[in-house]
Amino acid sequence: MEFPVSRYRNLTVLLLVILAQLLLLGYQVRTNQDVRLIRVWAITAVTPTARLLEAGRSNTVGVLENYFLLVGVRERNRQLEAELGKLKLENQYLKSELATADRARALNAFQSRSPSRTIAARIIGTGTGTNSKVVFVDRGSTSGVLHGMAVITPDGIVGKVLAVYPTASQVMLITDPSFAAGVVSQKNLVHGTLKGQGHSTCLVDYVQNEEKVEQGELFFTSGDDRVFPKGLPVGAANVVRAGRTFKEIYIVPSGFQSGLEEVLIVLEGVHQQLPAAQASAQAAPLLPRPPETPADAAAQKTQTPLVLNTDADRMREQYKRIGEAQGHVFGGPGTPNFNIKPPAQPKPVQKPAGNAPEGSPEKPPENPVEGPPPTRP
Amino acid sequence: MNDYSEHLLLDKPRKTSSHFSVWVTLVVPFAAILFQVYVPLFFQYLSYLELPLLVTVYFSLMRRQPLAGTFIGAGIGLVQDSLSHQPLGMFGIVKTLVGYFAGNVSMRFEVDNPVLRFILGFFFFFFHQFFYWVLTRALLGQQLGFDLTQTLMLGVLNALVALPLFHFLDKLKETS
Repeated sequence: MEFPVSRYRNLTVLLLVILAQLLLLGYQVRTNQDVRLIRVWAITAVTPTARLLEAGRSNTVGVLENYFLLVGVRERNRQLEAELGKLKLENQYLKSELATADRARALNAFQSRSPSRTIAARIIGTGTGTNSKVVFVDRGSTSGVLHGMAVITPDGIVGKVLAVYPTASQVMLITDPSFAAGVVSQKNLVHGTLKGQGHSTCLVDYVQNEEKVEQGELFFTSGDDRVFPKGLPVGAANVVRAGRTFKEIYIVPSGFQSGLEEVLIVLEGVHQQLPAAQASAQAAPLLPRPPETPADAAAQKTQTPLVLNTDADRMREQYKRIGEAQGHVFGGPGTPNFNIKPPAQPKPVQKPAGNAPEGSPEKPPENPVEGPPPTRP
Repeated sequence: MNDYSEHLLLDKPRKTSSHFSVWVTLVVPFAAILFQVYVPLFFQYLSYLELPLLVTVYFSLMRRQPLAGTFIGAGIGLVQDSLSHQPLGMFGIVKTLVGYFAGNVSMRFEVDNPVLRFILGFFFFFFHQFFYWVLTRALLGQQLGFDLTQTLMLGVLNALVALPLFHFLDKLKETS
């Protein structure tokens, strides 16, 4: 008698293999833990090869290009058209080299002036799957990279470290549908949650319809997620419209603007102020308190420094001081000596308007010019 | 049924499975995965090329054994899973099924025919993408979209790539 298992051997094995993978999947989803060993094997096998390929490509492309250009130089002597083509190629190559150098310089400059401690990394591969929004970088645990660290460029945030291996790390880009981060708008300080959409734009979710967000307004990281330091640029609002419950705000990530070859991994993040917040930190000059009595009003009027807006105003003030210095009353007999240099007027003492404590005695201003008070001619 | 269809649809299971050396069996899937990891860095549109799937289909078809196809699919799928950010098993399950079905198909059809290879490449790509989408929604609860038109077009493109790829891999068969 034949057992059903041996009769349906193929189907049985298929079901067993699928069942094993389902159990593996269930274990990971239920415990929220990864089966690290398999991933380490696969990544240790693939990423060094990708790294070698990338190193070989970046080193040999330049040599090969130069070689072919030299061949082109010989050809140029014979054929003018070939010269034009080669020069175009050279121009294109130099442009790309210049762009690479600019990018590297910008990365170094940003790294040196950023308060956060960062480490530069190069992207060496992408994740598998047609909708994958993960990349591999050539820095791993041996470089001090840890799970959950922020990945940025000088232009903005790029993603966060999803998994760390000895020689490489997996980075989830902000365009991945499962990505989320706290953001805040620059102008109106509206807080929201940045979510990837699987394509080039991201959604800022959980912003009430009543909140005010303008099209083109910049968004920065808010630091609420404890992954990205506050104050890193995220992107500008491309589409802003009211939704059913929350606003629909789509932003174009600014971190990918200059291409994605080199990135910075934030080893120790330091929160920064938003650019708008820095500007508003300079307190606007406050007006003095309103006078309570007419005498206060008169006193406040004398305290008010004279604003000399025109040349006539300045000349009038100069003559006034000359007259006061010589005890001359304009309109009276005689003429003052206009050639003497009038005494310099002491600068009015700037008092912090409105910041004086209640009930503090306010000193009357010192008379800048000695002598009798001037009389109006 | 004419001679051509009789030629395509065999009455009995084929016994002549193709053999490959160990390095071909290991290096070709590895190269396909490396291609998917590395090349889209420079040519982003090539990320839509599912070379690991095509390699799974090819080896399963050529081995003409559902069991071999099952294990080939599971192996390639798990390595692919390891390089993705999804839990292990998503690509594994889908490619296990692809390998199994491809192995079964190869027992009934003459799989050296280019037309049939094109159809199988298209069908298995569509099956792979659709089943992966179903699994993502059902097992992981992720609300991913499924663009039917795009998937159909990519299926055609992948099937077109499958023809020269399979032709090239045919040359790596061991002649006994």
